Amino acid sequence: MATTSLPALDTPFTIADREFRSRLMIGTGKYASNEQMVRAIEASGAEVITVSVRRVNLDRSSEEGILHHLDPSRYFLLSNTAGCYTAEEAIRYARLARAAGFNEWVKLEVIGDQETLLPDVAGLLEATKVLVAEGFKVMAYTNEDLITALRLEDAGAVAVMPLASPIGSGLGMLNPFAIRTIKHRSSVPIIVDAGVGTASDACVVMEQGVDGILMNTGIAAARDPVRMAVAMRQAVDAGRLAYLAGRMPRREIAVPSSPTTGMLD
Amino acid sequence: MTEMGTATGTEAVTLTVNGECRAVARGTTLAGLLASLDLDPRMIVVEHNREILRDRTTFADLELAEGDTLELVHFVGGG
Repeated sequence: MATTSLPALDTPFTIADREFRSRLMIGTGKYASNEQMVRAIEASGAEVITVSVRRVNLDRSSEEGILHHLDPSRYFLLSNTAGCYTAEEAIRYARLARAAGFNEWVKLEVIGDQETLLPDVAGLLEATKVLVAEGFKVMAYTNEDLITALRLEDAGAVAVMPLASPIGSGLGMLNPFAIRTIKHRSSVPIIVDAGVGTASDACVVMEQGVDGILMNTGIAAARDPVRMAVAMRQAVDAGRLAYLAGRMPRREIAVPSSPTTGMLD
Repeated sequence: MTEMGTATGTEAVTLTVNGECRAVARGTTLAGLLASLDLDPRMIVVEHNREILRDRTTFADLELAEGDTLELVHFVGGG
């Protein structure tokens, strides 16, 4: 008998033959404290957690390393190459992350501009090819351009991650048409990454039919990140189910919901 | 273990560690350096003269040489 539990109503969420239990992936940056970060991650239900590679502070007074605060056996650590402005630099960071020994996945970012943090798509494609040849599973952060998305897929990316709006902007999805087109034309999973500011943004993104969302600031910069993490989790689920359910057609005239017959004289 | 930054003269070798100059006693191994910095090798990744050291069991045998450049990195919060 069919149940109404979420897993029974949804389809499996698989990237490169690995099945993930949550379509919400979250970042670990910008939290007020490590304790708050851990609580927000737990509340979000996310399995995939992004992290960054940085120098150890040799004169540290406290442990900044995220592995001191998060149990890596409970989460899938997805290292990013945030802050890298060339393909060469991004490749170096990806290799360092892989040497940590958790997995061979990378959320590849090659940033082209400091003010907008928009991707350098030429550098991104170049780095994708190199890393794929080295056995990496590349999830490529890109803009909402269809042609770049198709080229990334051709280059071997296991997922394409178009932005909803610029990183950290919280502007929500600026171009639903482009996101839908990328999803419609791609064979690899589409994970919208960046720009989701609140739960309704997440819901509308998922209603486009994309496979998942990655967010960080939308949760970390909320006044109450733990509550927002729960809201985002529910919004992703709601948007996913609404997409699968198929919305009613829009009409510009009213149609009564109640019978028009059987009315009293 | 010689305290970091105090080794001098012919007994010392100068390294660049995470962009900073550091002097260590001649004969210091990578494992020794990490211990003196109170770093758990399992929590970091080491790049030695631009080469990533993927096998942590080699740290104890790697003697640091004059002019060596080390990058000691780890995972931090990020989106």
